Amino acid sequence: MLTLNCPYCGLDKDETELAYGGEAHLKRFGPGSTDEDFESYIFGRENPKGVHFERWRCASGCTKWFHAARCTVTMEVFGTYSAQTFEPPKAIKDAISKKRPGWTWRNFS
Amino acid sequence: MKRYSAFAIAREAFRQHKGWERAWANPEPKKAYDVVIIGAGGHGLATAYYLGKNFGITNVAIIEKGWLGGGNTGRNTTIIRSNYLQDPSAAIYEKARSLYEGLSQDLNYNIMFSPRGVLMLAQTEHEVRGYKRTAQANSLQGVTTEFINAQQVKKICPIMNIDGPRYPVLGGLWQARGGTARHDAVAWGYARACSDMGMHILQKTEVTGVTQEGGNVTGVETSRGHIGCNKLGIVVAGHSSVVADMAGFRLPLESVPLQALVSEPIKPCMDIVVMANTVHGYMSQSDKGEMVIGGGTDSFNGYHQRGSFHHLEETVRALIETFPMIARLKMLRHWGGIVDVTGDRSPILSKTPLGGCFINSGWGTGGFKAIPGSGWGFAELMAKGHSPLTAEFGLDRFREGRFIDESVAAGVAH
Ligand SMILES: Cc1cc2nc3c(=O)[nH]c(=O)nc-3n(C[C@H](O)[C@H](O)[C@H](O)COP(=O)(O)OP(=O)(O)OC[C@H]3O[C@@H](n4cnc5c(N)ncnc54)[C@H](O)[C@@H]3O)c2cc1C
Ligand SMILES: [Zn+2]
Repeated sequence: MLTLNCPYCGLDKDETELAYGGEAHLKRFGPGSTDEDFESYIFGRENPKGVHFERWRCASGCTKWFHAARCTVTMEVFGTYSAQTFEPPKAIKDAISKKRPGWTWRNFS
Repeated sequence: MKRYSAFAIAREAFRQHKGWERAWANPEPKKAYDVVIIGAGGHGLATAYYLGKNFGITNVAIIEKGWLGGGNTGRNTTIIRSNYLQDPSAAIYEKARSLYEGLSQDLNYNIMFSPRGVLMLAQTEHEVRGYKRTAQANSLQGVTTEFINAQQVKKICPIMNIDGPRYPVLGGLWQARGGTARHDAVAWGYARACSDMGMHILQKTEVTGVTQEGGNVTGVETSRGHIGCNKLGIVVAGHSSVVADMAGFRLPLESVPLQALVSEPIKPCMDIVVMANTVHGYMSQSDKGEMVIGGGTDSFNGYHQRGSFHHLEETVRALIETFPMIARLKMLRHWGGIVDVTGDRSPILSKTPLGGCFINSGWGTGGFKAIPGSGWGFAELMAKGHSPLTAEFGLDRFREGRFIDESVAAGVAH
């Protein structure tokens, strides 16, 4: 069972108490954007085998959305952080680099 | 290749079974092939088989990082049905189902196809309406299904409790010609036939890169060196995004673990396949007597081939209401496979942004039933650049908004 720490209420939550929100840090493209951008935003996914950034909701807790950095192979959690950001904070990136030197994900590394 | 037959068994019985040959060869890789298929699961092997059989293309290698049939093909619960809602789905799944009927003869390999009937339970009013609609659609598509009432369900499957308090059985969508087959045998049968045509099945060979020149594929980097090709087929199920990344494009896919479990063997008690989509559970009895039970997928991406335990608990807990007798069964094994799920729950059989490179993926939780039809259509697409069976399943449907929406039709798509 996956356990994540909600950065808002500070509690450790089991996956059954959380709701998954898919890939994190998507840049939204709406009406007026090109077909390519719209398609890539709605459907294109990183789906990496390894380091991943994703959105979770503290569904049966404080109900807030937050971010998590996780390895999709080992299920290791590198950290959770606020939803009010466009990219993972430095502390999270450093935590990942310690365990997965040379990692990249979209434009982050 | 020596044919398998009753006569061969008798002949071998007289000489201590010393005359059986290896079912497929274990060759050294050549420098290049006309066609390279990545992934020796059912879909990759079937593609190679129909490339040879229907188009005479036999200078083919099928490259597999593990052992053939060791991916989802060897992990699935083998439900075969074609009662889909949308026309393109019904066409390819029904093609597959009808090929399954004659596949043992075609391959000279007993794939143990058992058309025992598949029943999809309606346990809510919503499902009743949905399945009635599917039955109507199926009759227009030439797929034989019918909506049956709760009493008929009880008659076909007496071990079922049809008046449970939470999920009473209100009826079901019955496809008498659906059923199961032996999953390994499907991979083995195709592999033997491919090897017999001179194709190379390269096991324990991992593809680590895709090479290209001027926008066209030129080959693959593997753990056994570079292997050249004119055409490349990526048929790697849960690892599609990983291999597509090597080829330089992204896919509309997410990979998640899907789990199944089997019980201790018991006497025959259920001779059909039952799917209960409201509670995300389905069950059949294997020839050995084990109850084969499948559940839902994890909600979040994962490549860890295990899955979250609570899904098994939920599946079994819900099935117990409808099948009270399983409450006392001991479960023997459980396992998971990584399935590749698209937004519209339909597969991708398509050209790709890389010239000469094709992809067959997105079968998600329900591609075993499609293996012969998918191989048939994908081989045609790779050989001729177009196939009526695969035309609607292109990657361009996501850009153009032409979804083949099976997610509304069935919550579970096994
Ligand atoms: C638990 C479970 C139950 C299921 N139940 C059903 C069911 O009842 N009915 C149904 O129709 N479907 C079912 N499915 C789905 C079905 O199993 C799959 O859709 C189908 O088997 C996919 O076949 P495939 O040949 O595409 O993939 P696989 O059989 O997974 O083959 C892909 C192969 O590619 C190889 N590969 C991956 N990456 C590389 C690389 N880099 N280099 C070389 N090789 C590579 C893998 O090792 C693997 O052998 C189920 C799946 C699971 C997991
Ligand atoms: Zn919280």
